[in-house]
Amino acid sequence: MDVEILSRIQFAFTIAFHYIYPPLSIGIGLLMVVFESLYIRTKKKEYEVLAKFWTKIFAITFGIGVVTGIVMEFEFGTNWATYSRYVGDIFGSALAAEGIFAFALESSALGILLFGWNRVKPWVHLVATWAVFLGSMFSAVWIVVANSWQQTPAGYHIVGEGMQARAEIVDFWAMVLNPSSVDRISHVWLGAFLAGAFLILSVHAYYIIKGRFVVMSKKAFKITLMVAAVSSLAQLFTGHNSAEGVAVNQPAKLAAMEGLFEAEAPADLYLFGWVDKENQTVTGLKLSGGLSFMLHQDFQTPVTGLNAFPEEDRPSQVNAVFQFYHLMVAIGMFLIALSLFGLLQWKQGKLFDNKWLLWVFVFTAILPQLANQFGWFAAEMGRQPWVVYGLLRTSDALSKSVQANQVLFSLILFFIVYTVLLLLFIYLMNKAIKKGPTSDIDFDEGSLNKEIANVISK
Amino acid sequence: METLFGLDYPTWWFLVVGGLFSGYAILDGFDFGAGAWHMFFKKDSSREVALKAIDPTWHGNEVWLVIGGGTLFAGFPVFYGTLFSAMYTPFILFLLFIIFRGISIKFRNMEDMPWWRKMWDWSYSISSIMLAFLLGVVLGNILNGMPLDENFEYIGGGFFEFLNPFSILVGVTSLALFMMHGAIYLLLKTEGKLYNRVQVFLKVGMAFFIISYIITTAYGLFKLDHLLIVFKENQILFVIPLLVFLSIANVPRLASKEKYGWAFIFTSLTIALLLVIVAFELYPRLLWSNDIQENSITIYNAAASTKTLKLMMGFAAVGGPLVLLYSYFVYRTFWGKVNSNSEGY
Repeated sequence: MDVEILSRIQFAFTIAFHYIYPPLSIGIGLLMVVFESLYIRTKKKEYEVLAKFWTKIFAITFGIGVVTGIVMEFEFGTNWATYSRYVGDIFGSALAAEGIFAFALESSALGILLFGWNRVKPWVHLVATWAVFLGSMFSAVWIVVANSWQQTPAGYHIVGEGMQARAEIVDFWAMVLNPSSVDRISHVWLGAFLAGAFLILSVHAYYIIKGRFVVMSKKAFKITLMVAAVSSLAQLFTGHNSAEGVAVNQPAKLAAMEGLFEAEAPADLYLFGWVDKENQTVTGLKLSGGLSFMLHQDFQTPVTGLNAFPEEDRPSQVNAVFQFYHLMVAIGMFLIALSLFGLLQWKQGKLFDNKWLLWVFVFTAILPQLANQFGWFAAEMGRQPWVVYGLLRTSDALSKSVQANQVLFSLILFFIVYTVLLLLFIYLMNKAIKKGPTSDIDFDEGSLNKEIANVISK
Repeated sequence: METLFGLDYPTWWFLVVGGLFSGYAILDGFDFGAGAWHMFFKKDSSREVALKAIDPTWHGNEVWLVIGGGTLFAGFPVFYGTLFSAMYTPFILFLLFIIFRGISIKFRNMEDMPWWRKMWDWSYSISSIMLAFLLGVVLGNILNGMPLDENFEYIGGGFFEFLNPFSILVGVTSLALFMMHGAIYLLLKTEGKLYNRVQVFLKVGMAFFIISYIITTAYGLFKLDHLLIVFKENQILFVIPLLVFLSIANVPRLASKEKYGWAFIFTSLTIALLLVIVAFELYPRLLWSNDIQENSITIYNAAASTKTLKLMMGFAAVGGPLVLLYSYFVYRTFWGKVNSNSEGY
């Protein structure tokens, strides 16, 4: 295998692994803020216990997120030196801004969040929790800005030629607010909320099934279910905006997402299917004219197909892009249905009566994770063969001085270390969840008694 | 070229990046040093307390690496690409040890089994030692210079070229420096028997550093002529090595009086001054091209556009004080000695 394919595998592997953790941190962070705010407002013990419990889980995800994130920053230099030189002005600035304005905030405040419960006043601690959460949100902004610029470059000009060619910033705000930034940031944020919310739903559903921490878990479940329902519905909206943007800015990617080869009017929208690249056909269940309607609100407007682009300028893995995109959408739809069904059951007062529904929630924790991964795979594979769309090819972006055996060596090392890391992560999460928010199993009754005592003493 | 207070923007940015990496070396340096001594604590409970000394702050210290890397990428992208790809193996190893350092601290106390704790203690200590060493190795290679072509691309070999006598010496010296620095940090954070034990560590650490520093300097003076050019041309600069000498000499003097707060300031100053010497030896270059002088990477041919550098000076002006403010607040919150009752993972 050559340096290019090895470097691509390594980057894909390390970024996919990294992306398990930051969305969890953002999503859990949101609910940590909610639980702790409720505690400060109501002074109810169970919110404090919930906030502390999820802070513990957060610490595990955050820690792995940070160390695997440093890998990403360094890999641009080690494996993609030509890319680094080409985009340093722009991508580097976004990365530096991330460090200065976001990462510094979250990492410093983390010390207070984890170890400061007894050292600072409750409201100061709440400020620290907010700081960690907002820091992780800002981190996402800068990272997605940097990636969005690769998808839809704006606010730059090219200086120099050949090996020395480089993109430089002309208009900073045009670069930051490039055509795909806003849609993609909101899409990534909501994806992160969903990852965190469905993990929390999963854990508390499990407790309810097992009859542990039931009162507390029911409260946590209801609060989180609202977050999940709002996020999954909003995700439909941001996803739609993103797709419209892709149709305008990266038509080859959109064509790959739907397996569209010839420009067609009306163009079809597939619910699922299989792309045969040789014969340029898709077999599957389709909504006739759906794609034209979705993009243009009109069945007669044609949508550009892959054949409008020269073979060397369009993504080659059409079926993979198609499948990843459709799986992401399918999961998104399922999450909407599940959370709305949950709300309906709640309204009818039987949310916790159906054990099977709770079991569905237990296993759904994995789905937003998969949707996040699939979405990124569709976005990145759909951009190929470009690393910066229309400007720099992935094959030209490599480190010229690095040899295949070096990359093979590092790839094997990463593979081993990350496998160990994943196993440890699962083991420790499982252990923390089994142990639960507090060692006092009768906590629920205890807290009820306390509340009664409070009422009486008043 | 546009200037700000008489200095051009690449020079300003050279100072910013240099300042950030000095900050990183001083802050994560004591974490590495504390980690390097870790297995010299024989008891599990001692190691647990020693870890608590860095628990709340090491995350914040690591931020300096992330920001330093980001500003280097943005400010001098040509250098970033060349250095990281040329030093592929040491950087990959550095990343793996950064991962193990971080997770060892987090995972150690999550189980009570002695083998589990001991395993993570070893992992933490070895990672800390290797990180300190590898940082020095990369610095040694930067000072040594590399063969570069006209596109500033590294044209040396692959796997093991990063290991040469000088880079190994710099690696060992930086490990020794951080061990001295880390021992003083532990003295500031511990009490009782642990404190007495670390006092012994510090004596060993000081001797280790002074010996390795002398050997490395002597080797550099004899073998690496290009590093001396700037000092021969501006003899006033010899005042900096003199300051380094005074700063180092202060450490044993203050340690013997148990004034570890001051000693910590002087080991920090030593780290900063050593990097100032490095800066003078390089400036305006970032990387010497060993065979063909014209192919050297300088702050001018490696810099991002002036517009970007200006913009990021703004980032630094706003963000820098903020970062310092956060750090101040965190250190103030966790000020003072740790013991077995202190907060930890």
